[in-house]
Amino acid sequence: MVPKLSIQNVSFDYGDGATALRNISLDIMPHELFVLFGPSRSGKSTLLRLLNRLSDLLPVGQMHGRILFDGQDIFARGTDVFDLRRRIGMVFATPTPLPGSIYENLTYGLKMAGIKDRRVLDERVARSLQQAALWEEVKDRLADSAFALSGGQKQRLCLARSLALEPEIVLLDNPTSGLDPISTSIVEESLYELKQQYTIVMVPHSMQQAARVADRAAFMLDGEIVEVGAQKDLFVYPQDKRTEDYVSGRFG
Amino acid sequence: MATYEEIEQTREDTAVSPTPRRRNGRELIIEGLILASGVSVIIIITLIFLFLLKEGLPAFTSQPISTFWGRRWYPIEETYGLLPLLAGSLLVTVGAVVIAVPLGLTTAVYLGEFAPDWLREILKPLIEVLAGIPSIVLGFLGWVALAPLIQNMGAPTGLTAFTGSLILAYMALPTIISITEDALYAVPKEYRDGSLAIGATHWQTVWRVVLPAARSGIVIAIMLGVGRAIGETMAVMLVTGNAANIPELGLGMMFQPIRTMTATIAAEMGEVAQGSTHYSVLFAIGIVLFIITFLVNSLATRLIGGRPKQRGAQL
Ligand SMILES: Nc1ncnc2c1ncn2[C@@H]1O[C@H](COP(=O)(O)OP(=O)(O)OP(=O)(O)O)[C@@H](O)[C@H]1O
Ligand SMILES: [Mg+2]
Repeated sequence: MVPKLSIQNVSFDYGDGATALRNISLDIMPHELFVLFGPSRSGKSTLLRLLNRLSDLLPVGQMHGRILFDGQDIFARGTDVFDLRRRIGMVFATPTPLPGSIYENLTYGLKMAGIKDRRVLDERVARSLQQAALWEEVKDRLADSAFALSGGQKQRLCLARSLALEPEIVLLDNPTSGLDPISTSIVEESLYELKQQYTIVMVPHSMQQAARVADRAAFMLDGEIVEVGAQKDLFVYPQDKRTEDYVSGRFG
Repeated sequence: MATYEEIEQTREDTAVSPTPRRRNGRELIIEGLILASGVSVIIIITLIFLFLLKEGLPAFTSQPISTFWGRRWYPIEETYGLLPLLAGSLLVTVGAVVIAVPLGLTTAVYLGEFAPDWLREILKPLIEVLAGIPSIVLGFLGWVALAPLIQNMGAPTGLTAFTGSLILAYMALPTIISITEDALYAVPKEYRDGSLAIGATHWQTVWRVVLPAARSGIVIAIMLGVGRAIGETMAVMLVTGNAANIPELGLGMMFQPIRTMTATIAAEMGEVAQGSTHYSVLFAIGIVLFIITFLVNSLATRLIGGRPKQRGAQL
C-alpha cells in the first residue's frame, strides 16, 4: 500500500544549535490512527508542525530530509501551503476558539477557502459537529459565542473546525489535555469514526491513551524515533530496552 | 472578551479569601493610605464639578436657555450663542478622528504584523519620541509650516478647521499606534496558530482573528489618543483662525476658520470681570465640555463591552 505520508530522513533544529529532530523516517498509511508518544521535549510537536508546514512561521529553523504527502514533496517550491493546511488539518493542546460565534468558528476556514454558498456551509457545520460529537450539545445555540462553551466542548469545536474543511489528514497534538475523563472518552470514541474517513496522527495525553487508541505507534526520545510498530508489538512486546522501560513506567 | 472575563473571574475568585488574615499595624497603615488617596481623587473631582456648577449655573438663570442655542457668539453685545463653538469643536475633533484612527491603526498593524524587525526597531523609538513633543511646538509648526501650505492649495486662509484636525491627529497618532501595537502583541499566539492551521493567510488571520481579538485594546488606544487631542487648546487656537462663526455646510466646511469651546475659554477668561454674565457663560461652556467628555467615556466603556474594570485586565 502507498503511504499517505512518508517522512524521509528528516532532521530539524530551531537554530539554537540543539537538534530537535534527528533523522526521522516514518510511513503513515491511509486511514490509520498513528500515535507519536514519548517524554516531554522529545520533539513530538515539532514533528507534527512540520507535517503541515506550520513550522514556516518560525523566524529561524532548519530542516533536512523530505516529507511526501501522496507522493508529493510538501516543501517543494510552488507548493500552495494554504491549500496544504486545508488538506492536513491540525488541532492543538490548548483549545483556542476564535473570536466569534460557534457557527463563525466552523465556517471561518471554509470562507477563507472561498466557499460562500450558505447551503454548503450549513451542511459542513452540521456534519463536522456530528463527527466531533458536539452536534447534540450545540445545535440550538450555533449563534452563541464560542467562548461560552466548556473546555471539553471548545476542544471538540476546534476538532470540528478542522474537520469542516474535509481534510485528508488530521494532526492532533494532545487533543484531550485538560479534559475531564468523560469528555476524553467522548473524543476517543469519535476517533474510531474519524479514521474511517481520515488519516490521523496523534500525540496522546498519556501512555495509557496511546495504548487505547493507536493502530500503530512510534516511541520518540530526544528527537529520535526509538521504535515503530503495531499497537500490540509496541505496548506488549517492545523490542528496545528504552521503549520497554518507558512503556512499563520505569522512566518518563 | 470572554477570555479576559475568565481571567478576571479567577482573579476575583482567588481574591476573596474566606479566612481573614492576621493584620498587623503596617498593613493597616498601607491600606489606610491607599484608601485615602482613592477617596481624595473622588473628592477632588466632585469639588471641581461643584465649582463648575457654582460659577456656571448663574448663566442659565440670568437669561433664557434659548440664548445658548443661538447662532452668534458675540459677548460684547451680550449674545452668547454656543452653536458656532460647538460646531467648531465638533468639526476639529471629528476631522482629527477621521484622519488619526485609520492612519494609526494601519500603522500599528504594519509595525506589529508585517514590518521586518530592523524597521520596527527604528520606527518604534521614533514614534515614542513623537509622543513627547510639547503640543504648543506642534501648534507652532502648524502655524508656520502647515497653514501656508494649505493656503497655497487654494483655501482662502491657511488657518482652518482642517489645519487644526491635522495637528490634533498628529498628536493622537503616537498614542494610538503604540497602544494598538501592544494590544495586537497581547493576542495569544494560539489564536494565530488556530487560524493558520486551517489554511488562512497571514493577512486573513490579522483581519479576521487578531484585530477582533484585540478589539478592546484598540478602543482604549483610540480613546486615549483622541482623549489627548480633544482637550488640547493652545495648539488648536493657533491654527484654526479663531473665528466664532458657524461654517457653511458643504465640501468647503473643513477649510474655514473656526473656534473651539476650549479655545474660547482660554482666550476670553483673562479679560472678563469675575461674576459677570460673560464669566458665568464661560463656566457654562466648561459644564458642557464636562458632560460631553462624560458621554464619550460611557460610550467607549459600552463599546469595550463590560465593566471598566475589565479594561484593566486587558492592559
Ligand atoms: N519555538 C521553539 N523555539 C525553539 N526551540 C523549541 C521551540 N519549540 C520547541 N523547541 C525545543 O524543541 C525540543 C522539542 O520540543 P517539542 O515541543 O517538539 O517537544 P514535545 O515532544 O512536543 O514535548 P511535550 O510533550 O512537552 O509537548 C525541545 O527541546 C524544545 O525546547
Ligand atoms: Mg508538545
